Amino acid sequence: MKGSTAIRVENLSKTFDTAAVLHDLSLDVRAGELLALLGPSGSGKTTLLRIIAGLDFPDRGRIVFGAEDATRLPVQQRAVGFVFQHYALFKHMSVADNIAYGLNARKRADRPSKVEIKRRVGDLLDLIKLSGFADRYPSQLSGGQRQRIALARALAVEPRVLLLDEPFGALDAQVRKDLRRWLREIHDRTGQTTIFVTHDQDEALELSDRVAVLSRGRLEQIGTPDEVQEAPVSATVLKFLGDTIEVEAIAQGGQVRVDGRLTPVAAPPGLVGPVKLYARPWQLQFAESHEAHLHGTVRSSYRSQGRQRIEVDRPEGKTVVVEASDTARLPAGRPVGLRILAGHVFAG
Amino acid sequence: MASPPLRPRRRFRQPSVIPGFGLTLGYTLTCLSLIVLLPLAALVVRASGLGLSGIWEVATDPRVASALRVSFGISALAALTASLFGFLVAWVLTRYDFPGRRLVDAVVDLPFALPTAVAGIALASLYAPNGLVGEQLAKLGIQAAYTPVGIYIAMVFIGLPFAVRTVQPLIVEIDKEIEEASATLGAGRFHTLTRVVLPPLIPAVLTGFALAFARGVGEYGSIIFIAGNLPYVSEIAPLLIVIKLSEFDYGGACAIATIMLGISFVTLLAINLIQAWSRRRFGYV
Repeated sequence: MKGSTAIRVENLSKTFDTAAVLHDLSLDVRAGELLALLGPSGSGKTTLLRIIAGLDFPDRGRIVFGAEDATRLPVQQRAVGFVFQHYALFKHMSVADNIAYGLNARKRADRPSKVEIKRRVGDLLDLIKLSGFADRYPSQLSGGQRQRIALARALAVEPRVLLLDEPFGALDAQVRKDLRRWLREIHDRTGQTTIFVTHDQDEALELSDRVAVLSRGRLEQIGTPDEVQEAPVSATVLKFLGDTIEVEAIAQGGQVRVDGRLTPVAAPPGLVGPVKLYARPWQLQFAESHEAHLHGTVRSSYRSQGRQRIEVDRPEGKTVVVEASDTARLPAGRPVGLRILAGHVFAG
Repeated sequence: MASPPLRPRRRFRQPSVIPGFGLTLGYTLTCLSLIVLLPLAALVVRASGLGLSGIWEVATDPRVASALRVSFGISALAALTASLFGFLVAWVLTRYDFPGRRLVDAVVDLPFALPTAVAGIALASLYAPNGLVGEQLAKLGIQAAYTPVGIYIAMVFIGLPFAVRTVQPLIVEIDKEIEEASATLGAGRFHTLTRVVLPPLIPAVLTGFALAFARGVGEYGSIIFIAGNLPYVSEIAPLLIVIKLSEFDYGGACAIATIMLGISFVTLLAINLIQAWSRRRFGYV
């Protein structure tokens, strides 16, 4: 089944009060994949996730699970696992009771035996590496541990799809990193179809099989982390995936010139005239004045993790950040030239 | 020169940056003693003039015993009712939005603010056999005023705001995500309500019950108008104290008061223990 379509989102539209949150959004989720919904706040990514879960309902469009139209299916019957940003654990229940909740809530005919439930809870506690914590209460656990319990609780009901809403948003940087790696491991081991919402591009790029970039209620692009980084379809996607430097340029005959000088960046066919060239901080190089595309003076620089980041003031007032190897430091006030090594071009 | 090692010393006061510990503790204890403990102690001292056998005699007097039964029994029943309906009122006022919600919310406090005698007269005239409600009840063969039913109605009336106001803040705090989490795990509304939403509210409901009960036991003004005050039937203990006082039987009045004090103390202690247990079990763990 891996690779077949697990969930199909068709022409989804949703309006809250008067503000449109989703515009005619379509998306396929493949069975067994880890899909990231990436977008800035207000892009509609959480609303999309909640509609897939059945916690919100669309104004128009359909949600199809496998071959079954689930658009009007109540949340209880969708068999989804949902993990909230703030865990939403049941505070008055022990860890074991929290995990067993979904199984205990079933009708008697479908409910596993007490022994079976206990065994399953034990297995899940092993999976999330919290074996000795069955009798603790959520308030006795750290944020990272609580989120793992929340994940185990969602997995206990063997959902068709696991949905995570900013699962690491409330945790500090180190715990976030550990949990990311750990979630990837769990996913590799269980092969559970998983969709997670994040506004952190690093998280999306590190963790997911595919990334769906959302902006203002529309799907901008969907693809593997490599695809969206190497071939972004729009300036919006490009800007959202990291720091960029924006430069005015002229495209002609497939070539792009900045300040009259040819750049190594190729213009897509058909794009002619004034365009915008976008480059990453590491796609610029310091160069002699006569071969530079941009000029400016060094404002400040700092070093971090073996790299040097230099802020350069350009004469027209904009400041660009350049990333270079951590060798010769440049003093503030020094005039420098910058050469563009690579980048992407979109119509201005 | 070595400074002498700091010897850890057991101290009454924990080190703190907040000043004024001695002054404020002294003030608190003085006020508490003057306003609460002293009058209660005087009561017990006065009653002890009768001796243990004397107090026992008062307590076993059939009229006193039946008044105590009426006071505590009906208070418990009324507090139970007030807790139940108070919970529903609080639930509706916080979980739903409807026109006039704020007005209804304000009305809940009226029994707090109303002079008890006014409430008593209002209730008595409403539930009297020729009153607005009493007339309808009479058709059903129920006489509310001038019977224990009247006492019960008055006690529910004055206890209700306590029940509402203690659970309301907790209902406000119920996290919507908790209910959504329960739903995604396949639980229906009823299961969610009974297993996830209600258990954390139990300590607050118990608090409301305790307050309504205490208020019911101590209530005088709003009850005597509607109770009919028939000895052995609808006579409450506080009224019996007043009667004893008007007969200049101060010792007897104090004895009844002391017995009420004792029963109230034991009851509230028991409720507090249940509450402590439920708090450990259902909330704030």
